[in-house]
Amino acid sequence: MTLRGAVALIGIGEVKPERRMDGRTALGLAAQAARECIADSGLRKDEVDGLITEIPTGNPTVLADYLGIRPVYSTGVQMMGASGATSIATAAAAIHAGLASNVLCVVGGPAPGGEHGGGPGAPDYRRQQFDAPYGPVVAANGGYALIAQRYKYEFGTTDEQRAAVAVQQRFNALANPAAVFYGQPITKDDVLNSRVVADPLRLLECVMPVGGAAAVIVSAADRARYSPHPPVYLLGAGMCVDHDAIPYAPTMTTSPVAVSARRAFAMAELGPRDMDMLSIYDCYTITVIICLEDAGFAPKGEGGAFIESTDVTYRGTLPLNTHGGQLSFGQPGLAGGMSHVVESVRQMMGRGGERQVRDLDYCFVNG
Amino acid sequence: MTTQSYGLPVPEPNALTQPFWDAARRHELVVQRCRPGSHLFFYPREYCPVCLSGELEWVAVSGRGRLYSHTVVNQPGDPRFQSRIPYVYAVVQLDEGPRMVSNLVDCAPEDARVDMCVAVTFDDVTPQISLPKFRPA
Ligand SMILES: [Zn+2]
Repeated sequence: MTLRGAVALIGIGEVKPERRMDGRTALGLAAQAARECIADSGLRKDEVDGLITEIPTGNPTVLADYLGIRPVYSTGVQMMGASGATSIATAAAAIHAGLASNVLCVVGGPAPGGEHGGGPGAPDYRRQQFDAPYGPVVAANGGYALIAQRYKYEFGTTDEQRAAVAVQQRFNALANPAAVFYGQPITKDDVLNSRVVADPLRLLECVMPVGGAAAVIVSAADRARYSPHPPVYLLGAGMCVDHDAIPYAPTMTTSPVAVSARRAFAMAELGPRDMDMLSIYDCYTITVIICLEDAGFAPKGEGGAFIESTDVTYRGTLPLNTHGGQLSFGQPGLAGGMSHVVESVRQMMGRGGERQVRDLDYCFVNG
Repeated sequence: MTTQSYGLPVPEPNALTQPFWDAARRHELVVQRCRPGSHLFFYPREYCPVCLSGELEWVAVSGRGRLYSHTVVNQPGDPRFQSRIPYVYAVVQLDEGPRMVSNLVDCAPEDARVDMCVAVTFDDVTPQISLPKFRPA
């Protein structure tokens, strides 16, 4: 299977180069090229469903947010001078694989004399002017506190329900000697009595930053059967970006998982009921509740009650984050999200040891 | 800038955002609107996030809205805010639609409630900069 004939390039956009661009922002230049390109292609903006970027201001989420688009496939490429070509090839693969239909590729440059004129790494004006003066909470705690607060208001979810996430995942970590909180059981009261970090979130509802790393090897299916462990086949995948900064998210209580999970299930021709085990991203307790709902494992607003009434430990009816989740395993930076993938593969291969989930055929992972 | 006496981060306007801060200095809250579609939006951009038009203008809004969500800050990311804790970091949804990050003031932190009505008030933090903040209305 090759990409030959699978895609076509249908539009271009380019900002006229200038030696000085006083008053412009690098992000604005990238948006300008994107806008021209969309117009040139004849597509409506909402038909653009993929985004690949290499921009001085960071992740593709920044440009998606700025343009007001909601790509179901997006990625950054960081390939220096080869970023343009790489983005085209990546787009082709994504389209051929069914991940998106119209992928916008944007490589941005600096705005000399304007913002980010000196290249990457400068603080962006949105943060500097419209967030920092108001004293945001340390790390990501503030954003997720906003989500938890809004969620409580809309759905009446209790602090006890969020605590149940932390308690059940800690139970799993007690069977994982690699977890930072191995050997330290907690109760619901421990969670509720822990220090408020960012109202309403308490300390035991937030990940512990740690060092670490994680990796997975993906091989062609026809080669995988020669590998020493049982191969774990990818049956479906989906993505979605719908905001960069939480304050400006379309809604704080429905995540882009609502879209990405639906797409993954459709590709796999499976549904939530077919899953034997879940690995749900858990930077905070509230994240698990919202993602469970958005992926279709509980109705909207009932994720908290679902967690309270369901045994989601590795011995339970729907095992969730059997390594303890990042809440109990630890969050080794960006490798924290990968820990969910590694644990899922480990379990699917039957190498879960004491915490091995039985009768495991299908597993759901989100990041 | 008299940042020394104020002691907290002060916005540094750029060409894009200068009209916002000029208006704030006059104690007027403005957001951007595109001419073709009359779409209102915030934070400031060079293109409308709804229709991608670059024909934009600044328009005054009522300054009234509701508290979309908030958190009481006891552990600020920037240590300079330590002297101000506890305070309310807030997301306000203006009656006209756009959301903005701000602080809820003139209100005990424990009295903050999601969806409460709020109105803008301006904090003159330096001779050049007035920060829009919100109080119960
Ligand atoms: Zn517009």
